[in-house]
Amino acid sequence: MSYEIIGITVLWIFLYGYLIVASVDFGAGFFAYYAKVTKKDHIMNQLISRYLSPVWEVTNVFFVFFFVGIVGFFPDSAYYYGTALLVPGSIAIILLAIRGSFYAFENYGSKKSNVYMFLYGATGLLIPASLSIALTLSEGGFILEENGVVSLDYLALFTSPYSWSVVVLAVVSVLFISAAFLTFYAARANDQAALKLVRKYALFWATPTIIAALTTFIALGQHNERHYQNMFDLWWMFGLSVGFFIIAMWLIYEGKRFGLAFISVMLQFFFAFFGYGASHLPYILDPYVTIYENATHEATGIALIVVFILGLFLLIPSLILLMRLFLFDADYVKGKK
Amino acid sequence: MTELDPVLMSRLLTALTLVFHVIFATLGVGVPLMISIAEFIGIKKNDPHYLMMARRWTRGFVIPVAIGVVTGTAIGLQLSLLWPEFMQVAGNVISLPLFMEVFAFFFEAIFLGIYLYTWDRFKKPMMHWWLSLPIIIGGGLSAVFITSVNAFMNTPEGFTTGAGGFATVNPLDAMFNPATPTKVFHVLASAYLTVAAILAAIAAFSMLRKKHTEYHKKALKLTITLTFIFSILTAIAGDVSAKFLAEHQPEKLAAAEWHFETEEGADLVLFGWLGDENTPAGALRFPGLLSFLAYGDFQSEVTGLEEFPEDERPPLWIHYMFDLMVVIGFFLLGVSLLYILAWKIKRWNEHNKWMLWLLVVSGPLAMLAIEFGWIFAEEGRQPWILRGYMLVEDAATTSPYVGWMFLLFLGLYTVLGVLGVAVLRKLFKNNPAEEELEKKYPTIEKGDNK
Repeated sequence: MSYEIIGITVLWIFLYGYLIVASVDFGAGFFAYYAKVTKKDHIMNQLISRYLSPVWEVTNVFFVFFFVGIVGFFPDSAYYYGTALLVPGSIAIILLAIRGSFYAFENYGSKKSNVYMFLYGATGLLIPASLSIALTLSEGGFILEENGVVSLDYLALFTSPYSWSVVVLAVVSVLFISAAFLTFYAARANDQAALKLVRKYALFWATPTIIAALTTFIALGQHNERHYQNMFDLWWMFGLSVGFFIIAMWLIYEGKRFGLAFISVMLQFFFAFFGYGASHLPYILDPYVTIYENATHEATGIALIVVFILGLFLLIPSLILLMRLFLFDADYVKGKK
Repeated sequence: MTELDPVLMSRLLTALTLVFHVIFATLGVGVPLMISIAEFIGIKKNDPHYLMMARRWTRGFVIPVAIGVVTGTAIGLQLSLLWPEFMQVAGNVISLPLFMEVFAFFFEAIFLGIYLYTWDRFKKPMMHWWLSLPIIIGGGLSAVFITSVNAFMNTPEGFTTGAGGFATVNPLDAMFNPATPTKVFHVLASAYLTVAAILAAIAAFSMLRKKHTEYHKKALKLTITLTFIFSILTAIAGDVSAKFLAEHQPEKLAAAEWHFETEEGADLVLFGWLGDENTPAGALRFPGLLSFLAYGDFQSEVTGLEEFPEDERPPLWIHYMFDLMVVIGFFLLGVSLLYILAWKIKRWNEHNKWMLWLLVVSGPLAMLAIEFGWIFAEEGRQPWILRGYMLVEDAATTSPYVGWMFLLFLGLYTVLGVLGVAVLRKLFKNNPAEEELEKKYPTIEKGDNK
């Protein structure tokens, strides 16, 4: 395997990791606000204070990893995306800042104000929506280079059915992933009332997720024919994705093995996300940046991969420790520690 | 606003983010070490005062860490958003330490999460103390890696250019460029110094406001001792940094010292102002001291600014930044030494009002010195973003919206700063250490109030 392929795979794994852990976080914000409005806010608050607060910085690092990594492996993407994304990127930073400060300011021994709870819930939906724009742009047609000047065609972006379907897909996926996780968490905490509620959320958000996925698929067909055709060649990955979705739904519907159900949801998104990514190649930004022509210097690429492998030896045990303490420790989850 | 030059606005926005971020980055590097030392002493001496110190510092630490994470994410993205052409080059050569920095922070974030939320979850207290080590190491390594990227901007090495790009790249040579060792030493020593001074200032301030309790006295003795140790290390780091500049980046040292003509036995110029034809006036002059600072010899020859073309000279006002940084550094050394002398000489009262006030101002001054030092370091590299290879004006984004983004981020940092201070006040205002000590350790001896 070439270092370019390894590089993009590493980055995609981190983005996938972010997709899962951040979805849990973002969706929890929305559900927490919704539950507060409807006065059912018990389990969400427990999740926020006992799981999300200790790990939100870790969640954030997955994202930082991705964007630092992509500049390292494919420096030209910094040039194109950096120039084009000044405004949406800055807005995303502000939203992430509001959310990050919530954990420190609001959840830290003081009462929760309604304004902050609203912002916490709203950013949970707005951040995925704004970050998903980068994926839309990568399909080409929105970032233009004329006479050496890179610019973003806002009109095309805001009037494109594809870009809106990606936004919708991002938001409903976040809610679905989060609800599936909350179902597992509530079952783990043995909180029956909460379980009943969040299981309903998970069942509810499943349908929009599948509909949005299909809509996005069709819209992509109109926007980028090449990518669309490539996806057909990888049909089996999307088939597996749907298969795991069905397993997850069946388990949640039957009300058993919620842990396995959440793993199925993770696999559902794993296959969809990697199928999408693999069929996107070789482009990082269609048509300007490809993984082969715009990769970093080979020496840097290999150094980054070596560091990445060494880093994993450090990170994986640490992450496992973190999960064992805050997620898999049944007594802790139940609030006994 | 939107009509302003994108290069100028990109510089201003980067400066705004860095001036704000460096406060939290410095705390993020330094505080874990102080917490760890306090917890260690507390466990070994079985002294609840020190344990409470570690707990309270940790509790306060959460707020700046969160702001640091947020502003760190901001600067990470802004590098690409505001300096796309620079990052395009940097990605090829110097992305290795950037990547490693994220690993180091990842490591730190994981253990910080664990440390914060597991105070009473282990049977052996030492288990919890061990968790502080990865935080110190992660924070310290983050500083090392990011500083090496900054060092690379000053003395870029480890690559050769050919037609249409880089011919050869050696990421390790780029990372360990000539500026890295001295810069890393200076950044780490000064971060620990600053945090020790700030924690000392807080303890001194509490003693001025309220009673002289055992808790605050112990906190003061610990933090001043550390201030003293790290101010010596910082002074040594400053000295080797000056020697590095004289050798590898002489225009920066010359601009800092208003040293225009190459000469032997050069004077050190402190403060003053520039008169006609760039002659320093009203300054304190120390004969031969610049030569000594630069090469360890009062007679050695120091390169002057005249040897550089006018459009490659840093702005001359950095002289004040340099002088203020150095003066504050020696002030911190002096004040901490004075306290230690007063403490060891039995006839003197080290907790008199004047001494405490000196310690109170030391904390904010130390942080100001960090700011001055970074402004000096960055302005002293001008007009280059990559010294000798790429000019700042060629690296900035061409987007016309940078002015608006500046306003947006100014608003964000204002809100974060105000809220951060408000939350910290709320956390500690009605929760003095003594009450918390009695609640947490009911067996503690009463009557330690003076």
